[in-house]
Order: sequence, then C-alpha cells, then structure tokens
Amino acid sequence: MSLAYYPGCTLKTRARNLEEPAVASMEALGLKLDEIPRWNCCGAVYSLADDDLIHRVAPIRNLIRVKKQGKMELVTLCAFCLNTLKRANLLMKEDVEKRDTLNTFIDEGIAYSGEVKVVHLLEVLRDEIGWEALAQKVKFSLRELKVAPYYGCTLLRPREVAIDNVEAPSILREFLKAIGATPVDFAESTRCCGSYQIISNPDDISEYARDILNSALSHGAEALVLTCPLCDYNLGQGQKELMKKHNEFRELSLFYFTQLLALALGLDPQICHFELNYGNPESLLREKGLLS
Amino acid sequence: MTRKVPVTISPKKSRREFVKKIKELSGQNLQLCYQCGLCSGSCPAVTNMDISPRQIIELARLGLEEEIVNSKTVWICASCLACTVNCPRGFDLSKVMEAIRLLTLRKNIDYVRPEDIPLQERSELPQIAMVSGLRKFTG
Amino acid sequence: MSIKAEKKKPAETAVKEKEQVAAKLIPIYIMGKRYEVPEGLTIMKAMEYAGYVLIRGCGCRGGTCGACGTVYRKPGDYKLQVALACQKTVEPDMYIAQIPFFPVNRALYDFSKLTAAPEEVFKLYPELFRCVACNSCTKACPQGIEVMDAISALKQGNIAEAARLSFDCIQCGLCTSRCFGELAQYHMFQLARRIYGAKIVPRAEHLTEMVKAVDEGRYDRFLEDLKQTKEDDLKKMYQEREVEPMAAGEDWKPKDTTYL
Repeated sequence: MSLAYYPGCTLKTRARNLEEPAVASMEALGLKLDEIPRWNCCGAVYSLADDDLIHRVAPIRNLIRVKKQGKMELVTLCAFCLNTLKRANLLMKEDVEKRDTLNTFIDEGIAYSGEVKVVHLLEVLRDEIGWEALAQKVKFSLRELKVAPYYGCTLLRPREVAIDNVEAPSILREFLKAIGATPVDFAESTRCCGSYQIISNPDDISEYARDILNSALSHGAEALVLTCPLCDYNLGQGQKELMKKHNEFRELSLFYFTQLLALALGLDPQICHFELNYGNPESLLREKGLLS
Repeated sequence: MTRKVPVTISPKKSRREFVKKIKELSGQNLQLCYQCGLCSGSCPAVTNMDISPRQIIELARLGLEEEIVNSKTVWICASCLACTVNCPRGFDLSKVMEAIRLLTLRKNIDYVRPEDIPLQERSELPQIAMVSGLRKFTG
Repeated sequence: MSIKAEKKKPAETAVKEKEQVAAKLIPIYIMGKRYEVPEGLTIMKAMEYAGYVLIRGCGCRGGTCGACGTVYRKPGDYKLQVALACQKTVEPDMYIAQIPFFPVNRALYDFSKLTAAPEEVFKLYPELFRCVACNSCTKACPQGIEVMDAISALKQGNIAEAARLSFDCIQCGLCTSRCFGELAQYHMFQLARRIYGAKIVPRAEHLTEMVKAVDEGRYDRFLEDLKQTKEDDLKKMYQEREVEPMAAGEDWKPKDTTYL
C-alpha cells in the first residue's frame, strides 16, 4: 500500500534527516511513501489576509495534482507544510467564490473543492497503523531515553487544522510510549520557537529557545523530539548561542520523530543522518547503548 | 516590556480609512474585543513588544494609525496563533496583525531586504526560513 | 513629405505597382498603430516592412539570442501570448509590443570559488524564495520551458534538475517581466547550468586519455601516411570505409584494427 507524500523543499537538503528515516520506516511498516510528481514549494506560511489569492495558489496546485493522481490522502512530515496545505484545503472546501477564482486561475484542467485529505505522518501512525500495532513492530527499546515532546505551533493552531487537542495534546507522548521511549511532558511544549523571525530578529529566537529548552531540562529531559525543520533550526541555533554565553548550559539533543521511529524499528542508523542534528545526539545515543 | 504611554484620542487623529482597511483585510469585527488581555498573556513575544496585542486592538478601533504604524509589535509577531486560539470571543488577532503588516508592505515598503541578510546566514538558513520570512516581510 | 506618409508609402506602392504579388496583406498593430503587412512574414520582418529600422531588440534573427522577446494579443482574447519576433509569423489583428528586457538583479561572483552546493545559489539569489509558484513565468516563456518547475527544483536544492529543465533558455527575460516575486529566473538558471557543467557533471575520462594519446604522438604516423596518399585513393578509402552499425554492441570492433 502506498500513500501520496509531500516532502517540502527543506527535506531535500538540510532536513534529509527528517525524510530518509521516514521513508525507510514506512517501508518497513508496509506503507510506502510515494512522493507526488512535480510538486512545488507550498509557501511555508499561510497567508492571513482575506483578499489574498495569489499566495494560496502554491499549496492548492499541489492538492490538485494529488487529486489528478487519483489519490485521496496526502501525507506530510513537516508540520509547517501540513498547516499551510490543510488551511488552503479548507478554503477550497468552504469559500465558493474564492474557489472558483482559484480554479480558473490555476488552470490545471480539473476543478478542485477540497476533496483530498491532508494528514501528518503522526496521524497516520495513530489512526491507520495504531499505537499497539506499532509497539509490536519495535525491535529496539528506547526506554532509557528521556524525550520531551515539542509540538510548536503548526500541528495545533488554528483549531480547525489541529491534529490533536489544542490545549492538552498527547499524540507525541503516545508516539514516544509506543516506540518505547520515556516521554517527559513539560510546560512550554506548545510555545512558539519564533518561526520566521529568525531572518529579522535572531536575538529574539535565542530568548525563545532559552525558555523552551530550560523548561524541558527542568523536567528532566535529555532530548527533544520535533516535527518541523524550522523549529529544529531555531532551537538548535538558539541552543548554540546559549552555550556560547553560558558555559554551564546543559545541551539537549534534538531529534526528529522519524529518526526515533527508525531507531526503534531496528533500521540502519546511517539513514537517520545524525550528523545533521543539533545537540550531539550520537554521543547521547552511545551513552544509552542505543548506538554502537 | 510594554510601556504605559499617554495617547491622545481625538476625532482629528482618528483615521477612518485605516480602520476600514483593517476590517476588510482581516475580515474581523474589531468590536468583539472586550479587552480581557488573554492574548497578551498568551503571546510568547510580548516582552519584546512596545505595544501589547491587546493595546493594538484598542488603538486600531480608535483609528490611531500613527501609533500602530510606528510600533514594532506587528513586526515581532511570529503568527504563532496562541492569541487566536485563546481568545474567548473567537476573534482572530493574527489576521489583524497581518492586515497591519500588509498596509505597509502593499505600499512596496519591505521590512526585510534579502540583500541585507548577511551572506554567511544566507547559506545557512534553511529554505523554510527564507520562504516564510520573505513572505511575511516583503511585498 | 512627412515621416508618417513615408512610412505608409511602401505598403501602398507595393499593392498598386505589383498586382501580381501572391502574398495577401493582413492588418497588425505595432506600437498601437495599424499596418498592413504581407502574410507569411515574421513579426520582425513585418516591422521592417512597415518601415521600422531595428537597431535594438533584434540580434541573431535565428531564435537563439533572446533579444526579440515579444508579447501580443488577439482581439477578444484576454490571454497574453508570447513569441520571438524573428521566429513567429504574423497573424491577422495581432497586437504586439516588444519587451527588450526588464532591469534585473545579476549577482556578481567569482565562479572559480563556487562549489556545487545549492547554498551557493541561495547565497547569490536570496530572492529565489520570493517565488509564489503562480506559473506566470511558464506562461511567458517563448521556448516552452517549465520555468516554475525549474525554479521549484532550485528551491529544493536540485541544481542538476534546474539545469536540465532550463536547457533551452535563451535569456529573453520575458519570465522576469511577468514575475510576481520580481525574480530574474534566467540569471539563476544560468548560474545553475554553469555550476552543473563545471562542477557536477562527471568528467569524461576517455576524453582525457585520448587527448593524452594524441599528444604523445600515437596517431602521428597514421596522419603522415594519410598526408602522403593521393586524392583519388583518399576518396576511395573514404567511400569504402567500414561504418559502425546502428545496433552495434559495446564490444563491436572493426575488421581493420590498425588504427585502434
């Protein structure tokens, strides 16, 4: 069985360590991730202006191509892409006038009105595979690893696209338990990493990273699990700045959820590309006997 | 920290066009807000703002364009939607922030110029950062 | 005589004096003015027929230099059409305007210092990320290039794919003239093709070996022999030469292996 899969630009370069373990893991679980042909950048952020149509063209064109392929569901790994694609999809479902204008302009030969379902891989694991079935496939226990689940914004806000309870999400905790790791809940798990402010106000990003990472550390976490390459960059760079300024700051290893999944399924650690991670995960994993 | 600054409210300063444009661009009813302050309380960036999110709404419906446009609040906003999700009146503050940004950007005045980002950073920033940043800060 | 009248003269004279001319005259609009030009001419020739002397916006006249990018419309149709003036033949009621170029941001760089990493393109052309995938560029390309797809490949860091997709680009700049994000696509593509050709494509090793063999003089003797051969014998040798068959496999060898 295969799922239509939307990567997003960053997963082809910097975030290969999010994509490759995902593709291998899903293959091992019997669900192949089938990259949709000729996809274009979704635009990352969703335009919040009522009259803006041009910035919705990019995500909608991808959805139309999925429909043309005859697929009814689209999976993403990047939470930011999920958010943008899902919100654009909702627009095509609900706003008739904008839908008509966009369909005419995009001119891909078929009309689209939000038929494709946009999901994040975590939802596929929860709803299509199930935590119990996943737990049975785990070959390598990550029990010793204390991981704090970090959601950020885009998986949960706005309410209409949330993949879980907005105030008290549990999907990452359930995922970590299923793969045998020890989840460490912490207060700032849904606080924004600063997002695109990294290009204009990078000092603010260091502050946000400090608040998030301190909170995780104070709850006993050794690592953070992420779903978005922008969160990864902001928290990783923020942590680097913090360590420069404060020698005693204890480093947290930042992982993508797909890397932990691949490890738990007993796949070759090479596909995880830990060399691209922040926070020195290889030494932490070796310490725990999870990497030779 | 947000400061307490005396603001003069007068019909002469109130810009009706400004209020109208914000309502159109955001699609939000500014009258819904009852100034409870939950938005400011949820905002992760509020400590760096000169005018808090709550204050922005009040200034917006009074049409005090000058104070809003001269503040850095909307440019520090990361569109995290914590305010939107927490508002007891279902008011989407993130859309008002975007509307205020667009009033400047659509005049062809950018907040960030790609050529001003240092070369080293340009080769380190992941695509997702550049795409989202330039979308929000350039017209 | 006024300049206006002079411009009109060739067309009118042509009709009166040469009744036996087979070409039909059709109306086209150049710079907003109506002219009657013979059917079958290219836009460029039609402009010259109408009396314009082209000193800019025309170049090779062979569809390769990209100087003559032209935009036109047909009556009743909202769509903008694009063409190269030196290649496209005129159609009745064609309403044309020429776009010599839009001023573009061309990054300055020392090519010898660049690597094959996609970050080189991101560094030099950060405005690449302003692309909104509106597809206006693809619609504006007279060469039929999938411009949006090529930019998409660049954003994904795939220089090889961007180079492949933009192969037919002649730098006419029509894409830039329509671009919502104000990108100079053709400059970015040229950088991609340069990096691809110089730093990504593997070097042909057998070429280096062959050049070495020639320099070492392996073929000097044969060349000398050929130089001494009489012209008639040369012609006979050429006509009777053995040709490698179309379906020859990798291990095919000629009957005469002296020259190998």
